[in-house]
Amino acid sequence: MQIYLPIADLPVNMFLILAMGMAVGFVSGMFGVGGGFLMTPLLIFVGISPAVAVASVSSHIAASSLTGALSYWRRRAIDPALALVLLSGGIVGTALGVGLFTLLRSLGQLDLTIAVSYVALLSTVGGLMLWEGIGALRHARRGLPPKPRRSGSHGWIHGLPLKMRFKRSKMYLSVIPVVVIGLVIGFVGAVMGIGGAFLLIPMMIYILRVPTSTTIGTAQTLTLATMTMATLMHAVTNHQVDAVLALILMIGGVTGAQFGARAGQRIRGEQLRLLLGLLILSVGVRFAVELAIQPQELFTIRETGTTP
Amino acid sequence: MIRHLATAAIVLAALSAAPACAERLIVSVSNHRVTITPNYAGEELVLFGSVERDDTAAPPPPYDLVVTISGPPADFVTRRKEREFGIWANADSRQFLQVPSYLAIFANRAFDAITTPDLQRSLKLGLDHIVLTQRVGTDYADVVADDPFRRAFIRLRSEHGLYRQNTAAVTFLTPTLFRTTIPLPAEVPTGDYDVKIKLLSRGAFVTATSTSFEVVKVGFEQFVATSAHQRALLYGLTIVAMALTTGWLASVVFRRD
Repeated sequence: MQIYLPIADLPVNMFLILAMGMAVGFVSGMFGVGGGFLMTPLLIFVGISPAVAVASVSSHIAASSLTGALSYWRRRAIDPALALVLLSGGIVGTALGVGLFTLLRSLGQLDLTIAVSYVALLSTVGGLMLWEGIGALRHARRGLPPKPRRSGSHGWIHGLPLKMRFKRSKMYLSVIPVVVIGLVIGFVGAVMGIGGAFLLIPMMIYILRVPTSTTIGTAQTLTLATMTMATLMHAVTNHQVDAVLALILMIGGVTGAQFGARAGQRIRGEQLRLLLGLLILSVGVRFAVELAIQPQELFTIRETGTTP
Repeated sequence: MIRHLATAAIVLAALSAAPACAERLIVSVSNHRVTITPNYAGEELVLFGSVERDDTAAPPPPYDLVVTISGPPADFVTRRKEREFGIWANADSRQFLQVPSYLAIFANRAFDAITTPDLQRSLKLGLDHIVLTQRVGTDYADVVADDPFRRAFIRLRSEHGLYRQNTAAVTFLTPTLFRTTIPLPAEVPTGDYDVKIKLLSRGAFVTATSTSFEVVKVGFEQFVATSAHQRALLYGLTIVAMALTTGWLASVVFRRD
């Protein structure tokens, strides 16, 4: 069934968009990530302009991360203090990112920057997760117990000042690395048009050593806050949020996320990380191939303004 | 208004110049207001008309007709990718200023058969002769028809059905009665469309007229589009509220504990 999108200015097949929302929602529910890094390229592929895609996807991520956050909240798997400290860095990072976004767009190199960042980030993170996942699987197959968390190997991160107690996560940690991580996620998210949970979760686990029980819930709370802000900012500055597109994506996304979350609970942690690593790496490789191979069409058109 | 005056002037000029065999064009479009509704997926308009002749005694001469439909003007940037350091990146770009966002040129036979190349150029018959203003440095000018950026621009617009040229689209039902269809693609730009009809005979320009139609969003589509631009903050807050409601509803509906 064709439906006309009032802001994107083109008709799309409603069921196709709904199915895409569900598929990405399934993945996001399964892995606890927003799925922006999948949804935005998919929408652009269907013919929706990148500006509308990025802006509308942020509201879709806000919706599915609220669903996730609520269920983690009921299970007391969110650390509110940690989320707040992360958010304080995230706000500054988002503002800086939007600044760079505007600068790059005026230079005409935004698309390239986004593509290169996708390749660099997704390949690195995906590769590392895949490597770690394979290692953990082989470890388990040999019948060895999983590596215990070494409490002594905290390193320099835990020697920093301004320590704060995060009760829910049972941590006593300096706020400096937490704010810095929030800042990085906010910055990267604003420039690349993604929620950044797939970056945040590994950072929380490996750098901050947040227990797995509160990691995903807290990450989703941060995503909810940043994506709500992003939706509002896109609506006010670019006028590119398409209400109809956003609604279809949200409905598909929240439905898919439920099934994804159930599927995720049946899969073991290290297999889940292996799968997510594979997914992230393949998106990164796809962008790399696109940059390296001569495109069939060397020219692109972009409308820059209508009748004054 | 100016357009109508110009048309009237042309008609008057044609009448006064050769009163013995003066021709007038009477045209009409099947729909002067194309509305975009939720299930809009492209539409086709019909343009029909006839050549009115004062001298009805003599048999009509063979007529040729060229119809040019141009949509609301807009600015575009065309970028060309080049290989740099092993990756394909946007390198060169050209700006097209106030060019038609939709352009269709229809005729009853090939332009070369209708008239001379000189007259084709001055009457702007065909995509090769349409003015597409580019900004070249500080200059504003159109370039030659085989400029790679110009050709890429026309090719990419044509792929979306937004630029088209067909020299077999106008049919003469009788020697003086003609019709053609105006296909509007799904991605049609909204705004005012200008339709220019040029009548030629034996290679010479006879007369011209014009008509217009508009493509508008109505109802819900128009409401969404205008609120997004005019009440941006409220619109944004509504979207956020919608997202939060959807998310909350899902967590209630699918709650298992």
